[in-house]
Amino acid sequence: MSLLEIHEPGETPLPHAGEAALAVGIDLGTTNSVVAIAREGVPATLHDEAGHALVPSIVAYAEDSRVLVGDEARELLATEPTRVVSSIKRLMGRGSADVRAVAGVLPYEIEPGSGETDMVKLRIGGRARSPVEISAEILKALRARAEAALEKPVERAVITVPAYFDDAARTATRDAARVAGLEVLRLVNEPTAAALAYGLDKGSEGLYAVYDLGGGTFDFSLLRMDKGVFQVLATGGDTALGGDDFDRAIAERMLAERQRDGVIDRVDETAIKRALGLARQMKEQLSPRDHTSGRLELEGKPSFHALTRPEFEALITAGVERTLDIARAVLVDAGVGAAELQGIVMVGGSTRVPLVRQRVGEVFGKPPLTDIDPDEVVALGAALQAESLTGGGDTLLIDVAPLSLGLETMGGIVEKVVPRNTPIPVQLAQEFTTYQDGQTAMAIHVVQGEREMVADCRSLARFELQGIPPMTAGAARIRVTFAVDADGLLTVSAEERTTGVAQRVEVIPSYGLSHDDMAEMLYDSLDHAEDDMVQRLLVEARVEARRGLLALDAALAKDGSLLSDAERSALDGARSRLETAIAGDSRDEINAAAEALETLSKPFAERRMDRGIREALAGVSVSDLERRVGE
Amino acid sequence: MDHFARLGLPAALDIEPAALDRVYFASQRKWHPDRFVSRPPEERAKASTEAAALNDAYRTLKDPLSRAFYLAELRGVEMPGDGKTIDDPDLLMEAMEAREALGDADTPNAIESLAARALRDKKAALEGLAGLFLRDDRPAIRKALLRLRYLDKFADEARARRTNLERDAT
Repeated sequence: MSLLEIHEPGETPLPHAGEAALAVGIDLGTTNSVVAIAREGVPATLHDEAGHALVPSIVAYAEDSRVLVGDEARELLATEPTRVVSSIKRLMGRGSADVRAVAGVLPYEIEPGSGETDMVKLRIGGRARSPVEISAEILKALRARAEAALEKPVERAVITVPAYFDDAARTATRDAARVAGLEVLRLVNEPTAAALAYGLDKGSEGLYAVYDLGGGTFDFSLLRMDKGVFQVLATGGDTALGGDDFDRAIAERMLAERQRDGVIDRVDETAIKRALGLARQMKEQLSPRDHTSGRLELEGKPSFHALTRPEFEALITAGVERTLDIARAVLVDAGVGAAELQGIVMVGGSTRVPLVRQRVGEVFGKPPLTDIDPDEVVALGAALQAESLTGGGDTLLIDVAPLSLGLETMGGIVEKVVPRNTPIPVQLAQEFTTYQDGQTAMAIHVVQGEREMVADCRSLARFELQGIPPMTAGAARIRVTFAVDADGLLTVSAEERTTGVAQRVEVIPSYGLSHDDMAEMLYDSLDHAEDDMVQRLLVEARVEARRGLLALDAALAKDGSLLSDAERSALDGARSRLETAIAGDSRDEINAAAEALETLSKPFAERRMDRGIREALAGVSVSDLERRVGE
Repeated sequence: MDHFARLGLPAALDIEPAALDRVYFASQRKWHPDRFVSRPPEERAKASTEAAALNDAYRTLKDPLSRAFYLAELRGVEMPGDGKTIDDPDLLMEAMEAREALGDADTPNAIESLAARALRDKKAALEGLAGLFLRDDRPAIRKALLRLRYLDKFADEARARRTNLERDAT
């Protein structure tokens, strides 16, 4: 008999919470998915009858209209490859333009996107299907497995996503869960979930890094663990880098070898899928062994391929080094040295590759931690979080926004509103103003990324704030608020503060990510930091100078008569020199010309002010007079 | 409610990082949306707002420079917006000379030493701020903060330049 429990105010569990439908943790992976449940702080993966925890993230649409998931779907790969989809996670939240760019990696027939969202669809089993629908099939299978294992309905889940997933991909994941009949309690970032499983298991304290290299995504997160608090300090990654790329490198090598030996192949969907399947087996064999070989048969023509571990490592070294560059950048972001880390937790099947472990060990100066199964650790962490969310656990996860969020301002410059690595949930606002006299609308363009120029960031949404009362340029106060919730999803609202004209938009992503994914954006930002700064200063100087010209023109139109002809022509000369400078690329010239114009127009400004004051006074007396007459 | 009050801290420049973390974690334990998953929507919305405000407070107060700017704002020191022209002739001179030195520096080491000097100056200026706040010398606070902002940017710029130089070398 337990004692009465007393909860903190606001933390009392709902009555009968224990009897409610169970909540599971799901790792919806690129290559494999796993479902797990935690009871009283002890997580366990849920197995099939054969005892396997991993469900291959493969969906097949069979001819008899049955939908197969996992191992059954994989079996169909040999006979009916065009009815089988794998690695669908790579397409979550992507537009059709992105997919064409990765057509070599993903051998699917692509349907052009339609309507506003441009969400990509695949033609599989004679029908166009979206990544959301296909992912939902995997989730349904996981849910069925959990219900069979637990003999209870399962309706709620914590689902993990790569930390570096953007708004579109997170929304797509949430939608897939809804289609599968699951309520998402929380989207948790994969490395954070792994840290949770790891930290609770080991009772660890201090700074830890999670190196998560999965089938299609890479994440690197830096966390502080402190008495049940898991605080993410910084995160980085690449949503298009993983073990799939290693497979592809091997497959390409084999196809090239066939070509070299005079075998003429039709490199179609079937050929690529076969080659990738074999490549994956060979890659896995090279973890325990130092050489392997495989037999590839396409259209009745067999070929044999040998691969040594050094050869394999040469194929993947660029990808591995890229993960390490990202890792270093995350440490720099957080101002943490490699020596301060207590440990590096390895997550994801691709961390079984010996080269990966070796390089991580070399770069961080200590052997990485590999004692929890890297394929299961994320799901275990998700299960712990699901229990904590429904049962009132004592752990606290504080995660961050992985990418900066901002707005386009004049000249295509990005004004960051939420800097990357800001703890979430968060609500931050920035004030903007109008650029021209009498401006009544303002275009709001929301972007995500680290670069200074809009063109180099990802466009998330556009909307227009209308109904701004006409005022002089710079008088309106437009407050734009960015709210990022605990799932990492963004809402943007805008309000004109002097009148209260307001508009609010959920950010409905355009699914238009180019192949330059977010990681590349971050990566680029390190490379281009100086160029960007120069570019930004130049654009700012131009915008400032144009603003000055607009003001001068307005003043000339109104009070031009205050100037003598000589003064006017001097001013016009300075004005055209500034215009020439604006058209050029030198910030110094623009600033010098702007300053010259300002000096020259100073007496004019003073005279205008005198006249303004006289008129103001005169105005008062006239209205006074009128009032007196009226009385 | 200002950020200091939200975290139950005195409005001061000097805050022990560990103390800030402690009060922040304690407040987040109470308000983080994870604690409200099974609660009615209005309670969830309230928690989300509170947690967001806490994160804003924490993020503002954690970095010494942003904390100093925030405290100055509370004290009514008028600061020009970010990216506006520097109106302090001493600072303008310092910035021009430093920029010239950065332009002339053509080895990673030379650039690094400029960045390091900026960071040292920043640290010293931050330490000097406490006295200015104590005396409530607003013009001096304003001047010092503008210089701090410049030093911070300069160090970033130098680092970026170094990265570029190293990349070009490889």
